[in-house]
Amino acid sequence: MIRASVLVSGDPLSLSRGAEETKLAIEAELSFYGLEDEVQVGFTGRVNRTDVLPAVIVYPDEVVYGPVSPKDAALIVEEHLFKGRVVEHLRAPAEVLASAVETPGPEGTPLLGQKRIVLRRAGSIDPYSIEDYIAEDGYFALGKALTEMTPDEVLQAVKDSGLQGRGGAGFPTGLKWSFVAQQPDPTRYIVCNADESEPGTFKDRLIVEGDPHAVLEGMALAGYAVGAHEGWIYIRGEYAMARDILNHAIEQAEAMNLLGDSIMGTDFSFHVHVHAGAGAYVCGEETALLESLEGKRGVPRIRPPYPTVRGFRGKPTVVNNVETLANIAPIVLNGADWFRGIGTARCPGTKVYTMLGDVNVTGLVEAPMGTTLREIIDIYGGGMKDGKAFKAAQTGGSSGSIIPADFLDVPLDFASMRERGAGLGSGALLICAEGTDIVDLAYVLIRFFKAESCGKCTPCRVGNMQMLEALDRLRRGMARRADLERLEEIAGYVQKASFCGLGQAAPVPILTGLKYFREEFEARVRD
Amino acid sequence: MDEELVKVDQVIDQYQADQEALVEILREINAASGQYLTRAQLERVARRLRLPLSKVYSVASFYSLISLKPLGRHVIRFCEDAPCHVVGGKEVWDALERELGIPFGETTPDGQWSLLTTSCIGACAVGPVMMVDTDIYGNLTPEKVHDIIERYREADRAETAAASQGGEA
Repeated sequence: MIRASVLVSGDPLSLSRGAEETKLAIEAELSFYGLEDEVQVGFTGRVNRTDVLPAVIVYPDEVVYGPVSPKDAALIVEEHLFKGRVVEHLRAPAEVLASAVETPGPEGTPLLGQKRIVLRRAGSIDPYSIEDYIAEDGYFALGKALTEMTPDEVLQAVKDSGLQGRGGAGFPTGLKWSFVAQQPDPTRYIVCNADESEPGTFKDRLIVEGDPHAVLEGMALAGYAVGAHEGWIYIRGEYAMARDILNHAIEQAEAMNLLGDSIMGTDFSFHVHVHAGAGAYVCGEETALLESLEGKRGVPRIRPPYPTVRGFRGKPTVVNNVETLANIAPIVLNGADWFRGIGTARCPGTKVYTMLGDVNVTGLVEAPMGTTLREIIDIYGGGMKDGKAFKAAQTGGSSGSIIPADFLDVPLDFASMRERGAGLGSGALLICAEGTDIVDLAYVLIRFFKAESCGKCTPCRVGNMQMLEALDRLRRGMARRADLERLEEIAGYVQKASFCGLGQAAPVPILTGLKYFREEFEARVRD
Repeated sequence: MDEELVKVDQVIDQYQADQEALVEILREINAASGQYLTRAQLERVARRLRLPLSKVYSVASFYSLISLKPLGRHVIRFCEDAPCHVVGGKEVWDALERELGIPFGETTPDGQWSLLTTSCIGACAVGPVMMVDTDIYGNLTPEKVHDIIERYREADRAETAAASQGGEA
């Protein structure tokens, strides 16, 4: 009988710090004490504080240890699992627990703990075990859909939930699905966009590494709703571990008939394939992604026609982000009303953020839509680092807005940010304290776009180069007034005239930087 | 047959010479056969997938995980994006150039090290971050950079010594 579970953080960082050896040491020590049949050992994602990696979590006691060397691991087995005594000196700091492993706070005080939908299993189950997933309501939504609901009812539930795409644009998911469902062509595809490359964003990697079946189940539900029988996950080439976890999960699900032909004995079939990229930011743009998926250079296509009409292999295609798909099963299982009860009226649900920069706790946060930046920094981020004052935040990765302290109390959701001329984007929150050089920040951001522009259209290819040159002169104090004027002018052209979202978004940090911190740019002008 | 082409064929077979898998095939050959693709390998892929060489070249040259020029024995890919930059990335950048004695984008004359930048690798919570070959290192400081590189140098020296001893025996 299994009486305890031991999970070792198995993300790439933990692995680079010897998590594999730690796990092996635990297994060896368990068999030394004859506990191998009583204690289950597995890998999980990581806890959201990196100084404790590799971490070891012992259930049901919910004790987190970290960082744990192989030698420490042996001690934990001997003391905790054999003798039943917690090894106090190896425990991770108490505040790690609350944010890392615990789930929602009491009703009515949602901000005391994270509200977790997408991440509710990540960290508490073994991502290599489909049984773990099933034990926590996994594939229940798919079962319910296939046996009790018509495809239209599934589609309607997603529409009613008000779910919006979590990749950054916030397009209504149900509406996108309905476009595909209406197409006359019977061959349709579901594509999961896991080409997460936005600097500062790694939520999709951790969702996949922590709870891969949630994504697969979401894809199967999407397939059922729109009449697709094949799905593709396009994952960036750098995410080798996430790719292995997905392939393993697909194999397990097919073996249990939860994916594949005639799922659960019904006449619905759905196959999922994983396709890894080879390093190109632009492939996160959905039409460039489809080109790459077809084995070509990842350059964007002209829209319309949109992928919902002519997508992968020219067929109607749903392209959804990882986080979007991970929301589907909970919506189908619990209903649209339940989902609408979380977050704001205009943007229901939660958002997963990656918080970085000058805060005490960096890492992954899932909070209801509408939570303010101040709350996220104070409650989840443990406040500003060294008690410094907040200066600016950059939301949504490189293509996001640079926003000043005035935004601290704005509810974070797609609609509220859009109204203020900013964007929520993919969920990256780069927090900058007083003393941060905004001109230098803008320079680094544009350097990224210069490197990642695919070269197809001139405004983006040449414009980013010119903006970078102007910013370089500014940051070195060599710029003239004309350089600053030119920078602003070109930024406007690039935003308006670029072919795809990459180029259109590239000048955003400059334009928002100028809007809120113009004096810093002015101060660098020589004459 | 040339050994490097045997590997090429293995990867192509694994994907059933599917044209749609061109990106994956090139990436895997690149990873399996060292750090870059040769002209002979590209020609092989083109012939087996029934694609023009120009198309294979155009795809190979587009993606950053596929290289068409020789790189060093070890490749450092340092993240140059904003989240790493604001937490001390510039100092680490300088330290890397100093430690290896080459600017970014180049390979040391002895062919041991290539120093490249990369876009975000999704480990931003522990920035600044770099990859040495396939290993990820986070929370970098100039001192740590020295220690990490020294570790690889030592391992290489040990390997060379073992190889030369083995050769004598």
